[in-house]
Order: sequence, then structure tokens, then C-alpha cells
Amino acid sequence: MKIAFSTNGNTLESLLDTRFGRCSRFLILDTETNHYEILENTQNLNAVQGAGIQSAQTVLETGAQALITGHCGPKAFKVLHAAGIAIYLADNRPIDELAKTFAAGKLAELTDADVEGHW
Amino acid sequence: MQPQELVIISGKGGTGKTSIAAAFADYFPNKVLADGDVDAADLFLVLQVTETQIAEFQSGHIAEIDPDKCRQCGKCAALCRFDAIVTSESGYQVDARACEGCKVCVNACPHHAIEWKEAFCGLWKESRTAQGTLFHASLYPGAENSGKLVSFLRDKARKKAMDEGIPLILVDGPPGIGCPVIASITGAARILVVTEPTPSGYHDLERVLALAKHFQIPTHILINKADLETSYLKKMEDCAAKSGATVIGQIPYSPLFSEAQQKGQSILKAFPTSPEAETLRTIATILKQKMDESEAEGQK
Amino acid sequence: MQIAIASGKGGTGKTSLAVSLFLANRDRSRLLDCDVEEPNCHLFLATRFVSRTSVEKRIPLLNPDLCKHCGKCVEACQFNALAEAGKAGILVFEELCHSCGGCTFVCPTGALHETPLKMGAITRALVAGKAELITGALAIGHTETPSLIRAVKKTRPDPEVAFTLIDAPPGTACAFAAAVEHTDFVLLVAEETPFGLHDLKLAIKALQKMEIPFAVVLNRMRPGFSSVLEFCKEKNYPLWLQIPESRAIAETYARGGTLLDAMPELEESLRLLLDQCAEAILCNPRN
Repeated sequence: MKIAFSTNGNTLESLLDTRFGRCSRFLILDTETNHYEILENTQNLNAVQGAGIQSAQTVLETGAQALITGHCGPKAFKVLHAAGIAIYLADNRPIDELAKTFAAGKLAELTDADVEGHW
Repeated sequence: MQPQELVIISGKGGTGKTSIAAAFADYFPNKVLADGDVDAADLFLVLQVTETQIAEFQSGHIAEIDPDKCRQCGKCAALCRFDAIVTSESGYQVDARACEGCKVCVNACPHHAIEWKEAFCGLWKESRTAQGTLFHASLYPGAENSGKLVSFLRDKARKKAMDEGIPLILVDGPPGIGCPVIASITGAARILVVTEPTPSGYHDLERVLALAKHFQIPTHILINKADLETSYLKKMEDCAAKSGATVIGQIPYSPLFSEAQQKGQSILKAFPTSPEAETLRTIATILKQKMDESEAEGQK
Repeated sequence: MQIAIASGKGGTGKTSLAVSLFLANRDRSRLLDCDVEEPNCHLFLATRFVSRTSVEKRIPLLNPDLCKHCGKCVEACQFNALAEAGKAGILVFEELCHSCGGCTFVCPTGALHETPLKMGAITRALVAGKAELITGALAIGHTETPSLIRAVKKTRPDPEVAFTLIDAPPGTACAFAAAVEHTDFVLLVAEETPFGLHDLKLAIKALQKMEIPFAVVLNRMRPGFSSVLEFCKEKNYPLWLQIPESRAIAETYARGGTLLDAMPELEESLRLLLDQCAEAILCNPRN
């Protein structure tokens, strides 16, 4: 399966960026082949509002079935959830380490938004 | 190593947030500074700064009519909901101040006479100070402040800290409780809320604490001008307890902060032996200790 | 005559001055609280509720039967208010919608049409019998601060009330611009500190760009400090009221009182202040 990670780095040793909407890029890992690709999130960083919504659509287009990130706002959650992508929350640890934790079934799935969008 | 980020916010404006940030800038030895209060970016006034880099900051787009291509059909003016297409002797024009950046006119123009130009909302700067590198910005008058600029400054500070192995990033956050505040705290290691014992100070504190709780960021409260109305202490402590935060200290109503400002210095530098400076050093020490503890825990 | 009370930064005593100016002139003015994200004039006033009206905006409503998933609406929206969620189709995020009409305009199948949605409210209340306080409050999560401010400013005054006072949001960004645009005069509240001076300069720059006349009210004056005072003198900017730094004022404010509660003797100066504004407006060659 394909998993998307939010990150600032370029490799499997890079740390998870706990921000979803405004992270620099996504690392898409194919767990069967252990190959990965990097997808820039530049356009989202330039959005004045709704960065999370755009990021969610970017993840959707990669065909990933799961997303691992630090926080996910209610709007991004709504998009990902509607599209059937599972969301898992984690700390800013190296991606390869998190992939193992995920494979071991030790990451909790987000079933409701853990972040309020606006106050 | 991952740098730790301490963000100072306040909810209500005018509680002394920037003065406290300046004091911490003098206390902590090795850090990068970011002024996320882009609306009233005042931190640089109490740090002697030398600007080393300055550039425009792009945010959104704006429409511009090319008079050579425009055939005066008026379709853009009919569709614009923001009264941003105005007519003058030379024909249709975009009122840049009213333009919302919705692109409706650009898409609708049958003659492709409307250009879609990048809009710039202000300047961002990197400066050298005796207390470390400072990333700050100034918004153009009437421009839209957004979480985007705050995120941008934090990213710059984080990159600098990573590149140079600096362990701490100190952020003077924006006032209020809106989008820029959220942008200033997501992913931070710790938050310090500088509040004051007034009706609006307390009201905003509640909302800021709820925000910090949602992001699960350890949060401390510093009550400035605490002796103005002591009945708030209990209320603020209760409010803190409910969201898992703590009141870390209190500072009395004191003229020394403005006097230090007048000297272009933080209170720690201007009045190092004052009781206010002593209290702030104690608070900073506790904060440092707590941040070290959670870092050690994180590495386990 | 519309007179806005503004300041480059928060915490300068702007709202306290606006409320005090209103109270001292309650026989001839009304107050609009245009700090719509955090309206708090009412915290300092004993008010009697009169009425509340909703402020609406138009948002797109999707008819899924007509939608062909072409994605043109998502592409057209500059505010990320529409999203394509795979097989779930198009989602609308109403809080982010700026009501530009772009999505309904580009939709080739007529699957989108506009429907009204509440984004805020305007409350009318009376103070001391018949003086009017109008408060704009943005619904949580909404972002159309400038539109709501403009709606509050469009409420019609009683023709016998000469002055409309506007408590503007702090800062010099777009919300400030919406509150002060088309007003006749602005009172800028500044405090006598280096931060205060810096933020005052920003506010003045913004007002000059908008060509709105202004005068300065200097708060927290202390012996030995005069940078704002000297700046105004040097630039020939009118400085019409000076308020001393006082622990008593700060304590009164902490208890929910206003400047006028702390210094009742200011009443006469606050009436004169409004007269001065009127005179400046009438003498303005533009009018």
C-alpha cells in the first residue's frame, strides 16, 4: 500500500513535519516495494487560506491509502475522510521509523479532527 | 538535532508580550529569533539590528486590465462583486484596494485583456542582532495579514537553526486568536501566554488556552501587571488547570518596561538588578528546565 | 459625520477612549463597534437590547445529480472553498467562501447555484436612554471581516444624531482599512513609548495613503518621555488630547471601567474633542 508522510526532508531518514497543510513536501512510500517518491507542497504554502484542503487534494492525487502527519484540521479531515484515506497521527520522528511503527499497527487512527480550523 | 521552538502569544494586544520576548532574547544564549507579530513588528526596536537580507513577500494575486487589449465591453464590471472594476476617462481599471483576488474577471474576459498578477503584501527581512539572527516582516498598509507570512518566518528561522545547529527558536507571536496565531503555534515545543488581569485579557486567555490544548502543546501563563486586580489570579489559575496549563509567574504593574523600551533595550539589559528582571530570569530558567526535560523525554 | 477611533497596535486604550468619547457625547452621537472579531465596547456599557439582524453572504450549493466532476469550480476558486474528494465528489467549505460567484459562473452543467448563509450579526442596543450602540460580530470560523465591517457602517443613523463614532480594529491591515475607509476623520490613539511611536507611524502612513485626515490622542504620558509628542510637533500633526499614565486608570480598566470612570473631569475635554473633529471636517476643502 501507499502511505503519505508530511515532511521537510527528502529521504526516509527525514523527520515527519507535524504540520499537514503547510508542510514543504510529501513523501509517498510504497510499502510493497519500499520505493518512495517526493511531492512538493509548494502551491499550498502560497495559499492564503485553505492550505489543508489543498494538501488533502494533493495527497488524494497520489493514490495513497493512508496519511501519517502530526495534526490534521477539520477541513482537511473532511476531504480525506470523504475520499476514504485513513489518517494516523505521529510525532516528528524519522519516516522509516514511523513506517515500522505503522506496520506494527502501533499508530492510532484519527477518527475525528484533532484540530479546530478557525477560532 | 531538532531545534525547540518557544512561542510567546497574548490574545489581547498590549499585555507586554514583546517586552517579555525581548527579555528572553537577552536571557537565552544561543537561539534564532522570529517576530510573528507582523502587524506591529516591534521586537527589532529593542534589539540593535542590521538588516542582511530584505525581499518582498508574495501573497495571493490581483487583476490588472491591459488597456490595449480591453474592448470596453464591461463584462468584468458586471460580474465583479467587490466594486473593484472602476471606469475612468481611459476606460475600465481595477481598484487594487477593493480587488479581492477572486479571478472571476480574468476568467470571464472574452478578450483576455485582464492579467493575473502576483500581489505583494509586505517585506520580509533577515537581520543580525547581538542576540542572534532575527527574521521579521513589515506588512504594507492595508494589506491582508495571514498565517502564511507567519509560517514563512518560522520556516526561515527553523532552517537557520537546523543549518547552524542552534537549539532554540524564540517566536514573538501575533496578538489575537485568529489564523495567524494558529500558524504561529502549530508544531511548537512550548507556549508562553502573556496576559493581564483585565476583562478582555481574561476573555482572550480562555480562548488561547483552548487553542493550545487542541494542539497539545505544553503551555504556561505569565500574568503581567498582576497587582492591578488580584481577583483574576484565582480565575486564571482555574482556567489554566482546566486546560492542563500552569501559571508560571507574575509581574507587577511596572514603569520599568517602558523605560527599558525608551533605551532601546530589554528590561534585563536596562535594569538587570530590578526585581522585575529577577522574576523574569527565574521564569526563563524554569521554562528552560521544562523544555530540556521534555526533550530528554522525547529522545527516550 | 463619521469619525473612526483607531490605533496601530492593540492595548493602547482605543476602546476605552471610544466608549468614553461616546458617553461624554451621548446626546449627539452613536457608536459602531467595528472590531467585529472581538467586539468589546458592550463590556464597558450598560446597554438595553433592541434588535439583532443577521448578515448573510452567498455560498454555492451543489446539485450532485447535475455535477459531472469536471473540477472547473475547484480550479476557479481562489480561496480553496471547494474541494474534489475523489468518489465523494465536490465538497463546499462555506466559511472560506468569499461570495465571488466564480464557481457558479464557470460550472458548465448548472450544478451550482447560490444560497444565502449567515456569517455574522449586527446588534442594536441603547445606552443611557436613547444613545445607540451598534455591534458587529463575526460568526466563529468566518473570514469576511471587511464585509461585515462595511455592513455595520451602512446602518442608518437617526437624522438628529450628528456623529457616528467607529471603534476600529487594531493594526493597519485590511480590517483597519475597511473600518476607516470613507470616514470623515480618524482619531489615532497612541501610547508614549517607542513601540507606540513606531505603530503610530504605520497607522499615519496608511491614513495618508487613503487621504483621510486625522488627529492624535496621546495616551500614557509620563514625565521625561516625549518621543511621540516631539514627533507630532516636528511633523505638524495635530495632537488634541493627552492622557497621563496612571495606575488609577489601569486599575479602573481592570475592573471593567472606562477612562471616563477613572477621570470624570475629562468629560468636557471629550466634548471639545468631538467639536474639534467637526470643525476640521467642515473646514476640509474636500467637503
